[in-house]
Amino acid sequence: MIYVKYFASLRDRLGRAEDQLDTHSDLTVAGVWAALWPDKPLPPNTLAAVNMEYAELTQSVRDGDEVAFFPPVTGG
Amino acid sequence: MKVELRPRPFDPLLELGCYQAGLDERLPGQCGATAIFIGAMRDFNEGEAVRGMTLEHYPGMTERYLQQIVEAASRQWPLLDGLIIHRVGELQPNDPIVLVAVWSEHRAAAFAACRFIMEELKSKAPFWKREDTADGSRWVEHNTPA
Repeated sequence: MIYVKYFASLRDRLGRAEDQLDTHSDLTVAGVWAALWPDKPLPPNTLAAVNMEYAELTQSVRDGDEVAFFPPVTGG
Repeated sequence: MKVELRPRPFDPLLELGCYQAGLDERLPGQCGATAIFIGAMRDFNEGEAVRGMTLEHYPGMTERYLQQIVEAASRQWPLLDGLIIHRVGELQPNDPIVLVAVWSEHRAAAFAACRFIMEELKSKAPFWKREDTADGSRWVEHNTPA
């Protein structure tokens, strides 16, 4: 199982904060998005993290990983 | 090095005083330079009055990322200590958002590291602001460049 989280404006746009993806194939971060949202391209400027570390869209994801997608950050 | 997220308003100068008292005991006579930055909420943004703000974060990643920023700063400069306190949750105009403080023997390291930590935090730490205006609420899409 891959645990997926969405934050801020992206979560609002998608209408949910979390997903779970039951998959046995090897996926990249981009592949996780495509599996969950086949009709929605990943919005430009979206950032991704795997297990709470920034990740490229090409990074591979393993069973049990937490993948997060979020818009550009605006703290401080 | 200490990193903290606060769900309720805090007083940066009070926090700084308390932390400094601890440092005076731990490192007496060593800190020749302290640089601090305090960021607070404005009541306007992009030409509109802002009544309030909500700061969202990614629990777990945000704390970890702030810790990594402080560690990166202490690899680049000879720091004696560093402190970040950042708000999350609901804020009102004038509320402090962030306190960054850095201690070193001499001023160059303190100034540079304080600036570095703030710029890294603004551009990469996972926080998101949603502003309340007269027309409703809106996500802030990007930070001001400096």
